[in-house]
Amino acid sequence: MIDFLTLTIEAAIKAALMILSLLTGFAYTTLLERRFIARIQQRVGPNRAGPWGLLQPAADGIKVIFKEDIIPNGADKVIFTLAPALTAIPALIILAVVPLGGDVNVFGYRTSLALTSTNVGVLYILAVTSISVYGITLAGWSSANKYAMLGGLRSTAQMISYELAMGLSILAPVMVVGSMSLADIIDAQKNVWLVVYQPIAGLIFIITMYAETNRAPFDLPEAEQELTAGFHTEYSGMKFAAFYMAEYMKMIGVSVIAATLFFGGYRLFGLENLLGGWMGPVILIGKVMLSLLLFVWIRATLPRFRYDRLMDFGWKVLLPIALANAAITAVLVVLDPWWYRLI
Amino acid sequence: MGEWTFIALLFIISLILPAVPIIAGRLLGPRKPNPLKNSTYECGVETVGDTWVQFKVQYYIFALVFLIFDIEVVFLYPWAVAYHQLPLFGVVAGIVFIVTLAEALIYAWRKGALEWV
Amino acid sequence: MIGYILFGLVALVAIVSAVGMLLSTNAIHAALFLVINLICIALFYLGLNAPFLAMVQITVYAGAIMVLFLFVIMLLGAEQVTLKSQLKWQAPLAIVLAVVMIAATFLLFFNVQASGGLSPLAPISEDPRQTETFGSPYAVGEVLFGAYLLPFEMTGVLLLVAMIGAIILTRNEAGGMRDEQRAASNE
Repeated sequence: MIDFLTLTIEAAIKAALMILSLLTGFAYTTLLERRFIARIQQRVGPNRAGPWGLLQPAADGIKVIFKEDIIPNGADKVIFTLAPALTAIPALIILAVVPLGGDVNVFGYRTSLALTSTNVGVLYILAVTSISVYGITLAGWSSANKYAMLGGLRSTAQMISYELAMGLSILAPVMVVGSMSLADIIDAQKNVWLVVYQPIAGLIFIITMYAETNRAPFDLPEAEQELTAGFHTEYSGMKFAAFYMAEYMKMIGVSVIAATLFFGGYRLFGLENLLGGWMGPVILIGKVMLSLLLFVWIRATLPRFRYDRLMDFGWKVLLPIALANAAITAVLVVLDPWWYRLI
Repeated sequence: MGEWTFIALLFIISLILPAVPIIAGRLLGPRKPNPLKNSTYECGVETVGDTWVQFKVQYYIFALVFLIFDIEVVFLYPWAVAYHQLPLFGVVAGIVFIVTLAEALIYAWRKGALEWV
Repeated sequence: MIGYILFGLVALVAIVSAVGMLLSTNAIHAALFLVINLICIALFYLGLNAPFLAMVQITVYAGAIMVLFLFVIMLLGAEQVTLKSQLKWQAPLAIVLAVVMIAATFLLFFNVQASGGLSPLAPISEDPRQTETFGSPYAVGEVLFGAYLLPFEMTGVLLLVAMIGAIILTRNEAGGMRDEQRAASNE
């Protein structure tokens, strides 16, 4: 009983820390995006609030909290209020099963840098992804606004279409490793990253992760030329900020998952054992930063898809390739070529 | 069981994060509603007609096809996990399953159900 | 003890959401209550040491089937439902069937023989069938591709049939128009 209590307190601290770091990550990802995209467009970007604009996220937060919260006529008030929370929560809990580092000592207490480990980790991620559709759909519906409704429907159709390719692209590495536990998947990448074995699956996962987070070039749900602001047209104040928060947290979440599944997670050729294991999370943060920079770079570079092409790409290109990749991987694992034994 | 209690704990804590700012925004922000401000946005003109009307059936077909493939993907996961220990027969069975579903995809494709019109 | 309390809480949420679903006049609200109910069932699976089933329950039911339901409600513009029944004769029949079902459940529940000689109120960990790997994805895979291979393959065919059925049912609206267009462009 006492043991269970200790473990629960430990988990509560880890959970609070995880949410706090996601919050900090969100705040500074917005700044990173604005500064980096400004550089690409030959501008300076926000640099007045604090040194290098480092206090800009705090300033934005304070500004938005004093804004009026408008609920339009005809909206479904309860769901209109719930929708931003429903969008944010999946983004906050999706990393629960991902190990963010190895074992470390904290004041003489040995603990692992993972909230929990479960043997269905990959399925947990898929389950949370499938739930995360609701927030945007309901936001679009409850606004009683035609742009919002169309944006919500579009976004749902887009997310479910790309969810399939995403699920199939994760299947191949699971087959190679033979486990759905993310700790096992990271351990299997001690010597060789899984992206070397599964380049196609890795590429499909990276493409689908842009679609799942509704980021450019897949930001159809909020295509401003056609739909004003899509599903959050009618939102203002803190509720609007909650959608923003969810989007950036999802970006961080999928980046961590991509790094874990295909790019060795917190491991980097044994360097993660330095500093008593604290190097692991630093390495992971480095990988996530690279992924976030790629997100911003792509947003600044690529134009938006047309909707019919987006659906065609998901169903007629990504899904067949992902299916074929799963079947080919199955055959390869049976044949067991010598390069599969490096794991 | 323990691991899932921890996830439940994370879920409960994660409820706070969106709830606190939204409630704080409601308390701290001004509240001066007027009919014009609260009207539905439609590029400045008054809204015409109801939003909750019948939409294109195409969305529905995609949801149906998605459901079928989603079940397939979920079925393939235990196969992938037990893969290394399965007899050859089980391996072939999994590939037959994938081929059956590929057939379904080809059928939907040829019938034009994946066409966005 | 903690297990019982958790079960009680989840069961309460499940019942409240089920009642909420029945009584709400807005179809979207009803669908959302159903989502909560389905997630509660997933939590029951977790309590029974079957995490794989729980995740599948959420992915397929709460994630895919309910999205389909929401789509249908939104696309048809059928948000408002009337609580007045069109089928009056159903009410007495429903009551009789409900009583029969509850009686059958109780019979099964307290028939110790049926639950493998174990009291239904005993903790799940005391069940002799509970082994280290019970309910793990590996165990599920082994059974699914061993003893239940034929049903599994039949599921694949069933899904194929479902796909064909769905496409034929919706063809008049989507495909039929295109055929006309194609014919028009050929002329």
